Amino acid sequence: MSGVPLNWYLILSAILFCLGIAGFLYRRNIITIFMSIELMLNGVNLSFVTFSYKFKQVDGHIFTFFVMVVAAAEAAVGLAIILTVFKNRQTLQVDDINSMKN
Amino acid sequence: MDAFLFLTFAAIAVVCGINIIVQTHPISSALSLVGVMGALAVLYLMLGAEFIAAAQMIVYAGAIMVLFVFVIMVLNAGGERLTKRSAYVRIFGVPLMAMFLGLIAFVIQAALPRGEMVTFGAFTRGGPADVGRALFTQYLLPFEVVSVLILIALIGAIVLARKEID
Amino acid sequence: MNLWPIPIFPLAGFLVNGLFGRRLPKAVINTVAVGSVLLSFLWVVFALRSLGGLETAFTEHLFTWIQSGSLTVNVDFSVDRLTAVMLMIVTGVGLLIHIYAVGYMSHEGGYYRFFSYLNLFMFFMLVLVLASNFVLLFVGWEGVGLCSYLLVGFYFTEQFATNAGNKAFIVNRIGDFGFSLAIFLIWRQFHSFDFAQVFSAAKGLPVETSSGIITAICLLLLVGATGKSAQIPLYVWLPDAMAGPTPVSALIHAATMVTAGVYMTVRSATLFLHAPVAMDVVAIIGLATAFFAASIGLVQNDIKKVFAYSTVSQLGYMFLGVGVGAFSAGIFHVMTHAFFKALLFLGAGSVIHALGGDQDLRNMGGLLKKIPITAATLFCAGVAIAGLPFTSGAASKDLILEAAYAHAPWMYWLGTITAGMTAFYVFRALFLCFLGDYRGHHHPHESPAVMWAPLAVLAVLSLVGGFINIPNWLEPMLPVHEADVGSLIKLLPFAAGFLGIGLAYVFYVLSPSIPDKLASSLGGLYRLVYNKYFVDEIYDAAVVKPVVQGSRTVLWKGVDAGLIDGSVNGVGALAQGVGGILRLLQSGSIRAYAAWVVFGSVIVLIAIGLVGGGR
Repeated sequence: MSGVPLNWYLILSAILFCLGIAGFLYRRNIITIFMSIELMLNGVNLSFVTFSYKFKQVDGHIFTFFVMVVAAAEAAVGLAIILTVFKNRQTLQVDDINSMKN
Repeated sequence: MDAFLFLTFAAIAVVCGINIIVQTHPISSALSLVGVMGALAVLYLMLGAEFIAAAQMIVYAGAIMVLFVFVIMVLNAGGERLTKRSAYVRIFGVPLMAMFLGLIAFVIQAALPRGEMVTFGAFTRGGPADVGRALFTQYLLPFEVVSVLILIALIGAIVLARKEID
Repeated sequence: MNLWPIPIFPLAGFLVNGLFGRRLPKAVINTVAVGSVLLSFLWVVFALRSLGGLETAFTEHLFTWIQSGSLTVNVDFSVDRLTAVMLMIVTGVGLLIHIYAVGYMSHEGGYYRFFSYLNLFMFFMLVLVLASNFVLLFVGWEGVGLCSYLLVGFYFTEQFATNAGNKAFIVNRIGDFGFSLAIFLIWRQFHSFDFAQVFSAAKGLPVETSSGIITAICLLLLVGATGKSAQIPLYVWLPDAMAGPTPVSALIHAATMVTAGVYMTVRSATLFLHAPVAMDVVAIIGLATAFFAASIGLVQNDIKKVFAYSTVSQLGYMFLGVGVGAFSAGIFHVMTHAFFKALLFLGAGSVIHALGGDQDLRNMGGLLKKIPITAATLFCAGVAIAGLPFTSGAASKDLILEAAYAHAPWMYWLGTITAGMTAFYVFRALFLCFLGDYRGHHHPHESPAVMWAPLAVLAVLSLVGGFINIPNWLEPMLPVHEADVGSLIKLLPFAAGFLGIGLAYVFYVLSPSIPDKLASSLGGLYRLVYNKYFVDEIYDAAVVKPVVQGSRTVLWKGVDAGLIDGSVNGVGALAQGVGGILRLLQSGSIRAYAAWVVFGSVIVLIAIGLVGGGR
């Protein structure tokens, strides 16, 4: 068994991405939603690296690198926001944070 | 050998991913996410992306997820409250996701019918030297921009969460 | 030889008096105002002498005003013999009236404002006379209309004065509309506004026997002239314009502005000669106005109103002259009329001044001994206007009537009857004013020298001005047709004048009860004429009220408030409505937003797939 079809990697990437979307839509805890977003980003990273292998170039790795950097920045700022929201609302349930309604 | 490794770690990744969205307490989700990242690191290695695999473990799993866990611990909010979902979601939710997934799989298959095989060691230009060379010559500008981005994120995070320390 | 200082001197006077007059002493204001007109007059004399015979016109190009494609309007001044006559009248009589006004207005408020407006009027009138193209003439035309409005409404705290000013301006505008249309047609036909070019092009065209573009142009020019020169149907503003100070009435509504219509018509003589139909219309309107206004003047009790209707009537004579082809006779009458009508108005002003403001003839009488100089000058004007032999008025009026006889005898007869009526009503006014016993309550005193000196000069001119043979001098430009009429025809107007004076003497000096008996026996007719044939009331009901009502209901409430405001507000309401609906998207629920994000991305994916992206 020498080798795995490339498409399997891509399908795995798609599965992870869809799992991320599912978590993003269905969960009510804001930190869990955030983690689902991270899951989506990981799926995309896998896809980038796969295509980098396919075309035998290193550019895909570079993209992955940048995605990781952006994810780090986003995580920092996003968690700061969540902290502030928790301080003001005492809740992490997304449904309760709806004072912008209408 | 490659297939075996792939299937194992793919399964780990998928199971951990499902766990993230199924668990009630966020800490369990966080730990599952760490598992996903570890599995993905191995898969990167199999694809010849040594630098990225290392970066994944050090940065993603080692720094970002630690940050997540830290925040969850600080907030100590407890598990999620279960509320009734609307009828739409309960009936259409899972089938829709399955359809979405099927669509993407179909697209992938249609686009790349003749999939080549991935063998470990076929791609050797994923090491730190190669990545570094590309990063500092061809992608120098985005590199600098992204460093400014991190600076901004740093300042933003400090400003947002500042009062807690006073 | 520069012509531009002629209007610029009064303009400078206007600027100085207008901007600084509030702080200047009266002596300085007088000097500036009168001095500027004096300088203008002297420059006119100097220019005319240095230009010599003026067989051809002398043009001075100042600058190009409008340059747009093939349309060029230059600011050019030109002088030919016609212009020379008008310039002398405007500056000369204007100078005398300015001097008179120094005395007349000495007790009035707004002194500097009056003189600045008067100077501005002189500027515009001189621009009008000096203009060498229709557009520049129109600029002067509009400008004198503006000054007329400003000066008639000079006592702006009185409602009737402001109403009169409005009426003068608005009725003038109706005439100006016709004039504008004429200018447009002139451009369309001749592609030029310049007098020299238009008239030389018109000479080559055939005479239009019935209708055609030249007839249309001339009729529209006539509409403009009826507005400015107070002919039927647009004369109604002139009697009301007597609300202004008397020097204004003398200058603007007797000597200069109202003659602008005659001047413009005579200037366009070439065009009119190619449209006999239009000339007939001019003559008929002039004659009808002369008779009509004279009949109203017979019974008026305000001395200024009598002279106002007299002005309208005499203007009718001028148009009659133009209409029958005696252009130079018309201009001659402009000049002599300037002399004796200005004198009549200034003299009336002197009388009013003497009586402390009273203008009613019924309160006057026996003033001959009290204000002799005024009386003497006014009688000089009276004989001139009545057309007694050897006076200036006789010379010009006779030329017109002879030309009328040669054209159509019935015009001559009607004109002669009107001459008799003219003599009658003028001497009625003079006898009521100066003879008999004083019926009022004031202490009449003679006017100061600054006021009666111009009167004296004008009296001399009224008597001997007829010997300045203007028609002869204008012959190269405006041919004079020496009418071959019998000596009876020549002498009848004199007889009519004497008859009119005699009748007035009988009615108002010998047996003063006759007029009252006549008035009561012809009650209805008397009331009709006394109320000016109710023309103002007819206009009000037929024209003014429907326009005001229409504007109010249709244009204001219907279009402006309903349509325009409604659509503007409607746009706002629409935006509000749509916004109100879109607002419901903002549910405040983060998960709803997340769902929208996913939904949108799916749409984008499908769209890319359909388009065939990913290749």
